[in-house]
Amino acid sequence: MNDESVYDGLLGGDSSQWAFGTDFEDPLAGVDTTVPAGIDATELAVYCLMLGDDTLVLSQRLSEWCSRAPELEEDIALANFALDLLGQARLLLARAAAADPSIVPPLPEGSPVPAEDALAYFREAGQFRNVRMAEVPNGDFAHVVVRLLLFSIARLAVLQRLRGSADAVLAAVAAKGVKELAYHRDWAGRWFVTLALGTDESRRRLLTALEQLWPLHDELFTAHPIEKSLAAAVDPGEVRAEADAVLDQVLAVAEVERPEPIGTRGRTGRDGLHTEALSLMLAEMQVVARAHPMGLW
Amino acid sequence: MTVLERAAAVAAEVRDPEMPMLTLADLGVLRDVRVEGDVVVASITPTYSGCPAMATMRDDLVHRLTDAGFARVEVRVVLEPAWSSDWITEHGRAALRDAGLSPPGPAPTVGGPIPLLLGPTRRVLTCPLCGSDRTERVSEFGSTACKALYRCTDCREPFDHVKEI
Ligand SMILES: [Zn+2]
Repeated sequence: MNDESVYDGLLGGDSSQWAFGTDFEDPLAGVDTTVPAGIDATELAVYCLMLGDDTLVLSQRLSEWCSRAPELEEDIALANFALDLLGQARLLLARAAAADPSIVPPLPEGSPVPAEDALAYFREAGQFRNVRMAEVPNGDFAHVVVRLLLFSIARLAVLQRLRGSADAVLAAVAAKGVKELAYHRDWAGRWFVTLALGTDESRRRLLTALEQLWPLHDELFTAHPIEKSLAAAVDPGEVRAEADAVLDQVLAVAEVERPEPIGTRGRTGRDGLHTEALSLMLAEMQVVARAHPMGLW
Repeated sequence: MTVLERAAAVAAEVRDPEMPMLTLADLGVLRDVRVEGDVVVASITPTYSGCPAMATMRDDLVHRLTDAGFARVEVRVVLEPAWSSDWITEHGRAALRDAGLSPPGPAPTVGGPIPLLLGPTRRVLTCPLCGSDRTERVSEFGSTACKALYRCTDCREPFDHVKEI
């Protein structure tokens, strides 16, 4: 063997040898990303990070379920949700970077890493803006059902309003996301009822998961100042009543009592305050990208 | 044939990588083809936010148009309006049936509040293999994001149903 790497022939030149090509595909290629007049570009970027980090982090958690769900159909369902959320995250992070390029972490000169990847792989936990509901570690199957139900009820309600956003890109991402979240919410709602009315053991596990996740529920509706001040945003506090009504509908069918409200105090995930679980998750998610900042994927 | 007509014809024949019985035009993903100066610009709309086939569709459009002699090709993403399964053409629906897939019914209307559905999704489907209308759902989530898995209780064969979205 000489010094030539067996991989030399794989990079550069004609990309037709690859099933999926080698060029990075900008999810917003050709989309007009001009920030509308009257909208603060930095606030818009941070708002897109908030929504995008929610979906990126939850997508990563759902991906961890791959090959571990109780049956193949549910495994595929969870993988599908993860893919939908990842797609939404790509659009939102790309939108954030286009609105305010200064939020993208700097990489070595000539790095081919696109902005959305720089945001996903080169920020520290304290720079992530996701709600903590998205980041807590996975538990059993009841845990993923409850997490997905609580998250998707809140997110669907926000996206429904966001379809009318003053930012056309956000409005388009929301219009697409609504259709996807409706599937996620219904799946989670059905399993919630199934587990609640199933065996003593499935009900016990469901109630345990609800008790574990409930302290993070209020944060889904706790507005960060930007969610109030940005004209293109939706204040999650304003959708609380309709989200509560949907949750009550599920709880009633499942014969589960709504837990006592637990409020949110102080800084939240939206401010960059996270549980230790996020750092651990990011360490695994980011390690390869960080080891190769000049890498071409 | 004008340059535009020729480019549009080439683009319209590019196939979906996951459902190759459908052209991008049949699927409703190809929104527009135009010629701007010496650049052919094709516009596509994602079926699902995370559809991994989008990159392949874009590459295939570029390759096919380049092979057909168009030196400069650009593919743009159009997000608005969001893709709907209603955009699959009659020709595309027939092609799905011929390939043993069940085409989608009418997509739910969007706009107002979206009702929570706790019962199973009820669809009246026809088995694309034997024509029976006695079918049962195996899974709402199938081999790709856009499909559900069904089986026919007459001919016993499983089949994919392209979901309404
Ligand atoms: Zn049949």
